[in-house]
Amino acid sequence: MSTVLQPAGASNRRRIWRNAGAVLGAGIVGFVTLVAIFAPWLAPYDPFTIDLGRRVIPPMWMEGGTPTNILGTDQLGRDYLSRLIYGARVSMIIGVATIITSGIIGTVLGVMGGFYGGRVDDAVVFAITARLSIPVVLVALAVAGLLGTSFTLVILVLGLLLWDRFAVVARSTTMQIRNLDYVAAARCAGCSPMIVLLKEVLPNIATHLAVVATLEMALAILLEAALSFLGLGVPPPLPSWGLMISEAKEYMFFSPWIIMIPGIALFILVLGVNLLGDALRDMLGTDLSR
Amino acid sequence: MLHFLRRRLTVAILVALTVLTLSFLLTRLSGDLAISIAGPNATQEDVELIRRAYGLDRPLWVQYFDWLWRALQGDFGDSYFFKTRVARLIMERMPITMTLGLCGLFIALCVALPLGILAAVRENTWVDRSVLMVALIGQAMPSFWLGLTLMIVLGLNLGWLPISGTGSWQHYVMPSVVLSFSAIPSLMRLTRSGMIEALASDYIRTARAKGLSRLSILVKHGFRNAAIPVVAIAAVQLGFMLGGSIVIETVFALHGVGYLAWESISKNDFPVVQAVVLVLALIYIGLTLLSDLLNAVLDPRLRSA
Repeated sequence: MSTVLQPAGASNRRRIWRNAGAVLGAGIVGFVTLVAIFAPWLAPYDPFTIDLGRRVIPPMWMEGGTPTNILGTDQLGRDYLSRLIYGARVSMIIGVATIITSGIIGTVLGVMGGFYGGRVDDAVVFAITARLSIPVVLVALAVAGLLGTSFTLVILVLGLLLWDRFAVVARSTTMQIRNLDYVAAARCAGCSPMIVLLKEVLPNIATHLAVVATLEMALAILLEAALSFLGLGVPPPLPSWGLMISEAKEYMFFSPWIIMIPGIALFILVLGVNLLGDALRDMLGTDLSR
Repeated sequence: MLHFLRRRLTVAILVALTVLTLSFLLTRLSGDLAISIAGPNATQEDVELIRRAYGLDRPLWVQYFDWLWRALQGDFGDSYFFKTRVARLIMERMPITMTLGLCGLFIALCVALPLGILAAVRENTWVDRSVLMVALIGQAMPSFWLGLTLMIVLGLNLGWLPISGTGSWQHYVMPSVVLSFSAIPSLMRLTRSGMIEALASDYIRTARAKGLSRLSILVKHGFRNAAIPVVAIAAVQLGFMLGGSIVIETVFALHGVGYLAWESISKNDFPVVQAVVLVLALIYIGLTLLSDLLNAVLDPRLRSA
């Protein structure tokens, strides 16, 4: 975009800076993924075992902490580190399941609209507009009010709602390559529209969709935490980071660490996913500004 | 212009109807409404009585049009818990949510515009990178957690601001700041990219060649053009913020419509929940339409599109 001449060092410095972000993001996401997968082996205690005799013990480096519970215990005496480790699982499962569900819905809609154009495209654009007009938290609120809360319901609500950006990007990128020579060549060679879509279009928009996937994953993780905090998401006793903050908030004025620990974990994970997404976007040159 | 206006209006109305229909279907598909109104201790006769009293024995499409007609007139029925009209409850609480949303948007613009311009002017320097870092941090911050943290630091430790409630203007400071966080990153990025594009264009070079002052170039020539999408997105952001205010209102016990909806869930007061969802969605649709119109008014090139 900008054609202004820059000193030679600037672009180099920019690349180094960008790489640092990418490495940091990938490191955070990789670490949390490993923690989520190996949670049963990493957690020192069972995250559900209640011990009312040992409630709200601070982390070991604070006054009154013990090395038996490295991050202390929660308001029911459950080991905080173990709950935090299992909480990584909840966040990662929600994040991945949401982008798979919403990715499939959004990509199918977007590719259809972009490829066929005309009436199909009008319908897709309308679906995107209609979806964007309903705030996610409100739908979750209505669903929780009607059907109650459960882990699968959270995944369903987020998965069935967060497809809009996938659809927007899939549609615009498909439109761009629809008229390119290799797509026309495949058509001339007698490929059915289905084959053209799967073999020519999809592989070429996949990288752009990967960028959307990271951003949507960050959003899904934050939304799950917010919904669980409101009591509309993952039900207790599951150790969701948002729910941990919600359950411990009566104690936060006396022991602020109790909401700091899950909050910082959430912040770092989302920051990591976003850093990874930004690095990916810079690398691939995807423009998400529509 | 007229054609453009008519098309956008048609889409907005269709979307609004879709939302209304979905909202109706959601209540009917999720189980027998009469049983849930009657409560767990009701007998079979009670349920039948309620079914007839609420008109739930009529065909579905009759119920639908009846409901739609009432909803369009602002009649959302009675609250099970508060025993008053739902519309009145919402009217009472709406000013609080609106104040919160507008304050949040105002703060967001006050932070995002200067930072975005600064980042664009100093593109690819440490200033630019710090601003983008701020955007990333803002994006990753869970709003409810930020709210609680501010409560501990500003409310309890420093004692500068009241912790929760709706009493005075001070009660709105922390919630507005937290709410603004959700809008700052996107507004800032948009300002930055718009300014970079504007500053690289020919008319800026002409202005420079004419020897205009730096400030005049930045504000009069650069920002004026970069502001168009920002102004339009600000309207959409306000809609997002009203939707997101449920979380903030709950954290700070600010009794707006979001808090009302959240309260009503635990009381099984479904008409209130449904009405809040509908009203906020309709406001959002209206704001999106406004955003499109603003875009067209400010940027004549878009009118023919």
